[in-house]
Amino acid sequence: MRLSSIHHTLFLDFYRADLSVPLPLPLAETAVSAGFPSPAEDHLEVTLDLNRALVRHPDATFYARVKGSSMIEAGIAEGDILVIDRSLDAKEGDIALCFLDGEFTVKRIAMDDGVLMLMPENSAYSPIRIGEESDFQVWGIVTYVIHKSR
Amino acid sequence: MSSTSPAERGALMFALADCNNFYVSCERVFNPMLCGRPVVVLSNNDGCVIARSEESKALGIAMGTPLFRCRDVIGRHGVAVFSSNYPLYGDMSSRVMNTLGAMAPEQERYSIDEAFFDLSGFRRFGLREHAALMRRTVLKHTGIPVSIGIAHTKTLAKLAAKAAKKDPSCGGVLMLEGADRVRRALASTHLEDVWGIGRQWSLKLALQGIQTAADFAGMPPALVRRLLGVTGAKVQAELQGHRCLPLELVRPMKQTICTSRSFGRNVFSVEELQEAVASFASRAASKLRREGSTASLLTVFISTSPFAASALRREASRTVSLPRAADDAMTLVTAASRVLEAIYQGGHPYRKAGVLLGAIAPKNPPGESFLLFGDEGEGRAEALQQVMEQVNLRYGNGSIRLAAEDSRAWEPLCRHISPRYTTSWEEILRVPSAPQAPPAPAHR
Repeated sequence: MRLSSIHHTLFLDFYRADLSVPLPLPLAETAVSAGFPSPAEDHLEVTLDLNRALVRHPDATFYARVKGSSMIEAGIAEGDILVIDRSLDAKEGDIALCFLDGEFTVKRIAMDDGVLMLMPENSAYSPIRIGEESDFQVWGIVTYVIHKSR
Repeated sequence: MSSTSPAERGALMFALADCNNFYVSCERVFNPMLCGRPVVVLSNNDGCVIARSEESKALGIAMGTPLFRCRDVIGRHGVAVFSSNYPLYGDMSSRVMNTLGAMAPEQERYSIDEAFFDLSGFRRFGLREHAALMRRTVLKHTGIPVSIGIAHTKTLAKLAAKAAKKDPSCGGVLMLEGADRVRRALASTHLEDVWGIGRQWSLKLALQGIQTAADFAGMPPALVRRLLGVTGAKVQAELQGHRCLPLELVRPMKQTICTSRSFGRNVFSVEELQEAVASFASRAASKLRREGSTASLLTVFISTSPFAASALRREASRTVSLPRAADDAMTLVTAASRVLEAIYQGGHPYRKAGVLLGAIAPKNPPGESFLLFGDEGEGRAEALQQVMEQVNLRYGNGSIRLAAEDSRAWEPLCRHISPRYTTSWEEILRVPSAPQAPPAPAHR
């Protein structure tokens, strides 16, 4: 699982150095032949850390819980937890947590003829044009959606 | 003042980054509707105002005003009122400080919302540009606006940061370089706004006709030494551009208690750091008790030497809120060692560690116990504290205590608290996926 590469300034690389280096261990394909301890187990116990997989910039990452279903066709349902990274720059196609005229809203960002559009992912809803007069900001970019399936 | 100070010739530069109205800014990140509206944050127990947005300052709400005294203004102007949410503020502080530290590794955290940096190594990038980038990055990543002052000494950097807040035209970054620029800034700074001067000293100096930082910097050093001792002489020298306070010298303000130490050697093991941090925490606890205060926030920081090879270098810190305002070693030591466990990573030659207490408030809010003595009773209250300390030393802690400490049923009031957006799954931000109500589905 990898995030698409994003532009890093020189200084944010300092930041990455703060994360400890993942240990290059063989994956547990030996586990299926149960019973035999794998030679890999001799050196280090390691667990897969979801934090490390899903949170690339811990100090800029926030979580939010979804209400409503306007993004259901993008797989974002009521009650899902969004992983939101504020350090990313918004680009077309991103799903973002936006603040529009006094309310938070989750939408896909699109451009239509040079005009910024917020696209729902549910045919019952209509797109929103962001005009000059709108009070609008992108609060953060949704990088992952955590959905409970039972 | 000479035209170039020694520090200037050495091209050394300090920066102070200070979060603007930090607690209010934290509330606004998760509630952008509050931007442009007057906001106040209250102390533990919803007692008095401890943070104000610019709009609230403009309404004349003073720092420390009891809530019941400003109900009127609050009602009239629709001021948004929040109880202090230390879990949120502590977490946001960690995020801000880590983000700043990633861009300027030589960092000294000074309080929950302030840190000093040595930016000397960033000369070739352009100091102002680098500081502006730091400011932009913190704002984007965390939503918190900071002001940065840059100057040759810590005292001047602090003054520059204050001036940066007052002057909207400088975009949150103010650099004091060149004798003229420094002189202008000193002339427009009231003496009591100078770091380390305080009210007592500024009253004393007012008798000498000293009003501004510039007046003070121009006084005969011998006179300053006679009036204010060696500490005062240091403040004056710093204003003149002589570096007296190195980056790690921490002189805590009243709102912060910091106990930290550089180790004489490299420390690798978590056990040794635990011991150091535990002793810092218990020292901090006795300082608190001496002042009759409690703390609600605790920060632990550990760092390697800035001269360590870059692969080995590490700086880490975390701020947490205590379950309730505390002044006992037990609570503080336990919290500090849990925080240390969370930030410790093996394999680094640590050279320094420390514990910082924040959100410090009087243990007995005004109107309780010590009002017994009336206004002139401060000395007597202190005498009583000392007697209590001695009895507790002799017969064990807690042998004698204030009746107020026994009211276990006493729960802090926090009627206006916002959710713990960043530290509790139950309370994370709730966002509608749609801004308007959906059309009614046809098939129901």
